[in-house]
Amino acid sequence: MVGIELRGVTKTFDTPTGPLHAVNDVWLCVEEGSIHGIIGLSGAGKSTLLRLINLIERPDSGEVVVDGRELTGLSEEEVRHARRGIGMIFQHFNLLANRTALDNVALPLAIAGVAKREQRQIAIDRLETVGLPHKRDAYPAKLSGGEKQRVAIARALATQPRILLCDEPTSSVDPQTKGTILGYLREINRRFGITIVLVTHEMSVVRAVCDVVTVLDRGRSVEQFAPNDHLHRPRSAIASFLARSEIVLEPLGDDASVAVAGGE
Amino acid sequence: MSSLLRAAPEILQAFGETFYMLLVTVPLAVLFGTALGTVLFLARPGSLLRAPRLYLALNATVNLLRSFPFLILMIALIPVTRLLVGTALGTTAATVPMVINAIPYFARLAEQALLDVDRGVIEAGQAMGMSRKQLVWHILYVEARSGLANCVTIVTVSFFGYSTVAGLVGGGGLGDFAIRWGYYRYETLVLFVTVGIMVACVQAFQFTGNTVVRRLDKRI
Repeated sequence: MVGIELRGVTKTFDTPTGPLHAVNDVWLCVEEGSIHGIIGLSGAGKSTLLRLINLIERPDSGEVVVDGRELTGLSEEEVRHARRGIGMIFQHFNLLANRTALDNVALPLAIAGVAKREQRQIAIDRLETVGLPHKRDAYPAKLSGGEKQRVAIARALATQPRILLCDEPTSSVDPQTKGTILGYLREINRRFGITIVLVTHEMSVVRAVCDVVTVLDRGRSVEQFAPNDHLHRPRSAIASFLARSEIVLEPLGDDASVAVAGGE
Repeated sequence: MSSLLRAAPEILQAFGETFYMLLVTVPLAVLFGTALGTVLFLARPGSLLRAPRLYLALNATVNLLRSFPFLILMIALIPVTRLLVGTALGTTAATVPMVINAIPYFARLAEQALLDVDRGVIEAGQAMGMSRKQLVWHILYVEARSGLANCVTIVTVSFFGYSTVAGLVGGGGLGDFAIRWGYYRYETLVLFVTVGIMVACVQAFQFTGNTVVRRLDKRI
């Protein structure tokens, strides 16, 4: 079964230096219940592509189909309603600083019109899912980076979505916490059968959890493969570059630039 | 000392007049200024509402009202004041130009406080399926609340000072009293004491404001 289908989506931004083709005619199928990685360098259009799935960015052309429904054909209000079935987490967590962990998790339920008492029960349950029931009265400022991301995961799961979009979820946490976050994502995927789309610039993240990965280069999908297929040899230059994924110091030339492979 | 005793009842009355002017001006400025500031924030290019013409119009109006020196605005508004409160003289009459000046002032401050809200948190709200109204109430006002409280303090202190000019149209108040009794009549002690009271008031406003902001702000 196909969970998400992108049919020739394109998104162009107007910039002072001319039009920027952030996403250029991308066709993509995400299998239901899978973890699908999207990898590429900074500015490859990964985050824009992810935002096309829940229509936070509207594509200029092409169709977005989620769970068999064409979102691009829906009204503004119908799209807002459909977003309750699509959770999202972010690189910088994006929790409300002035709300406790519990209230952050309860917020999407309040928006969905769930009764107050039920909101609380569900929120507590979700905090238990991410192993943080004891932190429910803590404000985000009192949590570590990994804990913030786990609260964000709990919040994304509040309305029982079928799909979870992850925008660089491990890019601002330390390597050990990275493992914890990815462990929870894998667990959620297995336990609830939630389809996950995960944007990253690190091949190690893809290898750890993704069933399939799509390589994005300057807005185009250039290659798709199973990261744990050891017989696979990357075809595109960008994929092999990312696969090496070690830091390469370039000799400082006239423009004194330092290139960091697979990093930002 | 006897000069101070003679002045005491009038100081009290002036104190009351100043607070009357503030109690009318600040709540109205907060109410309408927050609304106006929110619309300015939403209609700003690249924000949540696509309304470039509305933004241009509101932006120009706010700038226009804010560019008048308060004294001139007060005189220019005399006909409006007459229309609204029946007279152009007295404490109530003085509050009309104060309110009209305070609304765009607070709107600018509120707009800035809203601009300080993390873009990512707004995006998280959108991803939850929030409508524009829900984004305003559940995200913007929640995250900007300490900033907005700070704006209230700034407006209170500013208009505590502006109320002095209200004396020109017979509005009374502490500043006006300090000038009439203390300065024009060479009652230096009365002048100093009145100004001393004003300094104490401003310190108290700022202290209260800072305390409230600290309580509301959970970012650290």
